[in-house]
Amino acid sequence: MSDHNYTPSSKFGKWFNDRLPLLTLANHLTDYPTPKNLNYWWTFGGILTFCLITQIITGLVLAMHYIAHADLAFSSVEHIMRDVNYGWLIRYIHANGASMFFLAVYIHIFRSLFYGSYKAPREIIWILGIMIYLLMMAAAFMGYVLPWGQMSFWGATVITNLFSAIPLVGESITTWLWGGYSVDNPTLTRFFTLHYLIPFLILGLVVLHIWALHVPGNNNPVGIDIQKPSKDTVPFHPYIVIKDLFALLLFMIVFAFFVFYSPNILGHADNYIEANPLVTPAHIVPEWYLLPFYAILRSIPDKLLGVVAMLSAIFILAALPWLDTSKVRSAVFRPLYKQFYWILVIDVLILGYVGAMPAEGLYLLIARVATAYYFLHFLLILPILGKIEKTTPLPLSITSPVLGGSADLAMAKNTDVRKEKL
Amino acid sequence: MQRIFKILFLLLILNTNFVNSISAENSSKLLTTDWSFKGPFGKFDRASLQRGYQVYNEVCASCHSLKYVSYRNLSEKGGPEFSVKEAKAIAASFEITDGPNQDGEMFTRPAKLSDKFVMPYSNEEEAKSANGGAYPPDMSVLVKARAGGADYIYSVLLGYVDPPENIKLDDGVYYNKYMYGNKIKMPKQLSDGLVEYSDGTNATEEQMAKDVTSFLMWTAEPHLEQRHKTGFRAIVYLIILTVLVYFSMKKIWSRVETNV
Repeated sequence: MSDHNYTPSSKFGKWFNDRLPLLTLANHLTDYPTPKNLNYWWTFGGILTFCLITQIITGLVLAMHYIAHADLAFSSVEHIMRDVNYGWLIRYIHANGASMFFLAVYIHIFRSLFYGSYKAPREIIWILGIMIYLLMMAAAFMGYVLPWGQMSFWGATVITNLFSAIPLVGESITTWLWGGYSVDNPTLTRFFTLHYLIPFLILGLVVLHIWALHVPGNNNPVGIDIQKPSKDTVPFHPYIVIKDLFALLLFMIVFAFFVFYSPNILGHADNYIEANPLVTPAHIVPEWYLLPFYAILRSIPDKLLGVVAMLSAIFILAALPWLDTSKVRSAVFRPLYKQFYWILVIDVLILGYVGAMPAEGLYLLIARVATAYYFLHFLLILPILGKIEKTTPLPLSITSPVLGGSADLAMAKNTDVRKEKL
Repeated sequence: MQRIFKILFLLLILNTNFVNSISAENSSKLLTTDWSFKGPFGKFDRASLQRGYQVYNEVCASCHSLKYVSYRNLSEKGGPEFSVKEAKAIAASFEITDGPNQDGEMFTRPAKLSDKFVMPYSNEEEAKSANGGAYPPDMSVLVKARAGGADYIYSVLLGYVDPPENIKLDDGVYYNKYMYGNKIKMPKQLSDGLVEYSDGTNATEEQMAKDVTSFLMWTAEPHLEQRHKTGFRAIVYLIILTVLVYFSMKKIWSRVETNV
């Protein structure tokens, strides 16, 4: 990377850059060598950045009009929808933005899974990503509580009650979380505070995520290292910028369809009923993006073990770089893994579906099988697959169609690349 | 490119169908009618909203509040669009309690445009005791608060039939084909000719159900027309921009041999 040699052309630029190397940073970001062969699945990082910024800006405006009080929250949301100029637009962007954010993050995560982007030397990027995902779930859950509708209230009750499963101190922790003996005004005000805080934590982690990405550079669809930066890469600007922008615009069209033509389709009708602690809704369901984990939670008959299973389902992802023993990154060259990858995708979709259904009869059985398979995939299939799978030959470089590379060869060649960079 | 559009298209279809199939828990298929507000270019039918207001006012308002709606909304764009004069007259026909005045006393005065719709009961307990223990829900966002939306409200209004033989109903409980659980504490409200429409429309049961449901759709989504209009402009703008960016991208990437 050439940014170390960068010197601004103007005198002021030089003076400033010697004191705070912002221009060096900008130069690094525009020149950042990016693999030529990235496909459209790689555009979701930019899309996610857009989602985060959209959520922060619309959230800021909503917070100016929203009142975090159990008696006023619901009506303040109606005030936003009716009387605030374009309040309906801002709120619908924010509410559907959460769904779009998760849609994008799931594509981003499954892209990583397919192309092995979590493998060495990108483990830290991956773990930071999982932390971002966890914080996203926390932010989304608390955000859903704020309108103080029936699903808000009962969703909050169900989820916070999970903490009571902790032995000995569970009850005390739940009371402490609630700020009382049930979900009530103190719960709402602290959820609002945290909902406001978390996006900025996410923003901080995103900076680290991108920083960590810029150390080894992007993975790519064939999953081998860059051999010759001059041949295999293009500068981030304008090549990737324009491509990301194109993909972002397509994404925004889908986003706009939801916001303008079916703004409530992803939400639950019950959340337009004001919270009532005396009336429990027939089915308490979380938002769609949390359904797979909800299904895992409910598939275990024991409350504590259910919580443990649900949390493990997320934390197991952080261990993925070590659970997957294959040296080949991209599923393109892993005929067996490719099949198991798609089975996992279907498994997660099934979990999402049964998560929305009542936990009884056949649904419960399916949820249990799907939960078992989920853990089987990560704990058994992946470690074994890496040892027994016969991978197909890798190309020598990402631009050369010539086969004959191997995972080990690619690693060995790393040193040559470093030399060329220097 | 083509693949991307295919994926986008599939996603849209999947999303709408999947969510629809989940939310359609009700076993009886809901009744529907030719809603003017459905679809990307949907608009409210002004005359229907005005008639719907009349039905609400003469039939529903004795039990159901519209606490988030103000009288001024009646004359606003995208709604029933009564003239300001008409809306003022409607407001003035209701008495509201205001105060305290300089003597520290509450007083009643005719409602103004800026006032919210007058509530039929002073509190939830009063509403319950007057209705056999059932609380007539506030109808401001009722259409959005029920899976099935406008179709559901329309169906419940028209869904009063004789109960099947094996179902025993308590006093003050009625059988409704479309209500969740089929039991409802609200007796059948609409019957042919119940209201006399000032515009001469024949007040059949279906007509009144349609009008009042349209009116409630408007109270739930007062900015629906603006949303549809803005949405169309936003999406056309996005599509044009996408095409322009697509060609810019092609041009830029033509400098390297890789395809995008």
